[in-house]
Amino acid sequence: MAYLELNNIYKSYNQADGETEVLSNINLKIEEGEFVAIVGFTGSGKTTLVNLINGLIKPTSGEVLFKGEPVVGTSHERGVIFQNYSLLPWLTVEQNVLMAVKEAFPKREKAVWKRKAAHYIDMVSLTPAINKLPKELSGGMRQRVAVARALAMKPDMIIMDEPLGALDALTRGNLQDQILNIWGKDKRTALLITNDVDEGIYMADRIIPLRPGPNATLGPEFKIDLERPRDKTEMNDNPNFKKTRNAIIEYLMDIGEERKSESTQEFVLPELTPKDFVK
Amino acid sequence: MKASLTLGKVTNFIGLGFFTTLKDLFTGKLEKEELKSFLRKTIVPLASILLFIGLWHLGAKSLYNIEADFKIEKALEDQGQAAADALKACIASGDSSCQPNTLPSPSQVWDSFQSLLRDHNIISADKAAFAEKTAALNAKRIAEGKDAITYTGRPSFVDQIFRSLQTVFAGFLLALLIAVPLGIFIGLSPTLKSAFNWFIQIFKPVSPVVWYLLVFMIVKTLLIDSSEDSSFTISFISVGLCSMWATLVNTAMGVSTVDKDYINVAKVLKLGTFQKIFKVVLPSSLPLIFTGLKITLSVAWMVLIAIELLAQSPGLGLFVWEEFQNGANDSNAKIIVAMFVIGIIGFLLDRLMLTIQNWVSFDKTDAI
Repeated sequence: MAYLELNNIYKSYNQADGETEVLSNINLKIEEGEFVAIVGFTGSGKTTLVNLINGLIKPTSGEVLFKGEPVVGTSHERGVIFQNYSLLPWLTVEQNVLMAVKEAFPKREKAVWKRKAAHYIDMVSLTPAINKLPKELSGGMRQRVAVARALAMKPDMIIMDEPLGALDALTRGNLQDQILNIWGKDKRTALLITNDVDEGIYMADRIIPLRPGPNATLGPEFKIDLERPRDKTEMNDNPNFKKTRNAIIEYLMDIGEERKSESTQEFVLPELTPKDFVK
Repeated sequence: MKASLTLGKVTNFIGLGFFTTLKDLFTGKLEKEELKSFLRKTIVPLASILLFIGLWHLGAKSLYNIEADFKIEKALEDQGQAAADALKACIASGDSSCQPNTLPSPSQVWDSFQSLLRDHNIISADKAAFAEKTAALNAKRIAEGKDAITYTGRPSFVDQIFRSLQTVFAGFLLALLIAVPLGIFIGLSPTLKSAFNWFIQIFKPVSPVVWYLLVFMIVKTLLIDSSEDSSFTISFISVGLCSMWATLVNTAMGVSTVDKDYINVAKVLKLGTFQKIFKVVLPSSLPLIFTGLKITLSVAWMVLIAIELLAQSPGLGLFVWEEFQNGANDSNAKIIVAMFVIGIIGFLLDRLMLTIQNWVSFDKTDAI
């Protein structure tokens, strides 16, 4: 049995102008200790997929199984790193992390909580900024706090929703390494949602493209057979890397084309004549 | 340098940043650009204040002339030339018995202000003397288990101000205690929201006078056995009920529009209901709650005057009304003094709330 299983997920939202289908026929299996990346265009329903897995929303039909149990509501077993950090702006770095620590270790003393929080903050090398408010931090530092907070819940699986999307390339590279480092230490299961194919290849064991919505569904998976730890500069010369990268990009380009041709909807124009037309 | 930095922060924080510039002027640290902005911030308001006083003076003078001419003409019509001449001479001499009763000039208002202060000093001295005189007797009475003798003379202007402040703070506290919890409940529950919506919409625009009458009806019956003067109770409850709506609406709005991301965080961290309210919902709606409280305090101060006047509860409102009824030759000037005092205290209360608001809101740009 897989660690995380999505079976025939279908999700739609009821809106004023009818039903909007976001995801359909999603099937996914993730094994324990695996690092899977889902790559997709913006607006293809990635965030909906994440919220389904972490239990913030329920599928319209189909089931999400985590360790064989259906997912009902959120749980500290699945830590989430949100796209927009979502730190509480009135709390300091330490207090933000402490909230998660208290959830993971409810019946401990204050000193233990503090020590744990300090440990996770140190893990993302933010100890000097421990008493700062989020607004005093740079984007990269904020995201590191979010990483620390997600880790502080002692999750069995980490779900990352475009965690590095808003960062510049250099910070991004650094954080990728930091996340991989932490993941490598205790081999937790990880799911990364991203729109960056290179990031997916660099970090994940498997890449699964998400075909764009409406009715988004998962495409065929691509295995990444690269030794860990991976090196960014060396990777560029690796024929295996080049092949996989090209294959994925080609696939994504193709479905992008498909989407374009699908959307050539016929618009019926109303018959209009100017009101004050002089004959 | 450090000291001036802190001063700058403090003055900016309470919204009086212009004091920093003033300090820089005296310590000679001002650049040319800053000098320009300094002039704009000090000379322009000063000039406009002088202009205001000048216009007021001219206006008061012309009103005075209109009133005087009318009086003389009337005397001429009713009583003949001799009476008119006598009145004219009387007005010109500045005798207080025959002065035209109209808008007082700035200097009259200033004189009244000083006479009110003198009056306060006299009354305070009187009170102190009374306390000294009755000290021994009161000690004895208390030892015997009787009530102490208290000073029952008329309150001074300053006493009235403090009495008004008491009423407004009691009312404000009542508004806070009712509106904030109620607002939180309404904001959290859509059911309660639709239950209370008509209530808020209908009672929000009701005038202070009507609130007073409503509270009077209820409190009068509730305190029917009490021999105490209920005017203070009635006026502070009316002030509270009248001013709480801004806080109620803002709190409900703040609580119901907490950023969805924060709610998601609370869900992912599995916070309990209490934790969620106190750790996430309330802090995130604090800025809006305080905006509401700020409006509430200024509304409370504004309606206070009308309500004190109706309730005959001692305070500035009653002072204004009594002076108007009194009709002494300096009554109008005293009313204007009260007007300025009310305005300035209202301004200070607003600054106080702004400072507290800056203190508690999380997105403050310049923390001390």
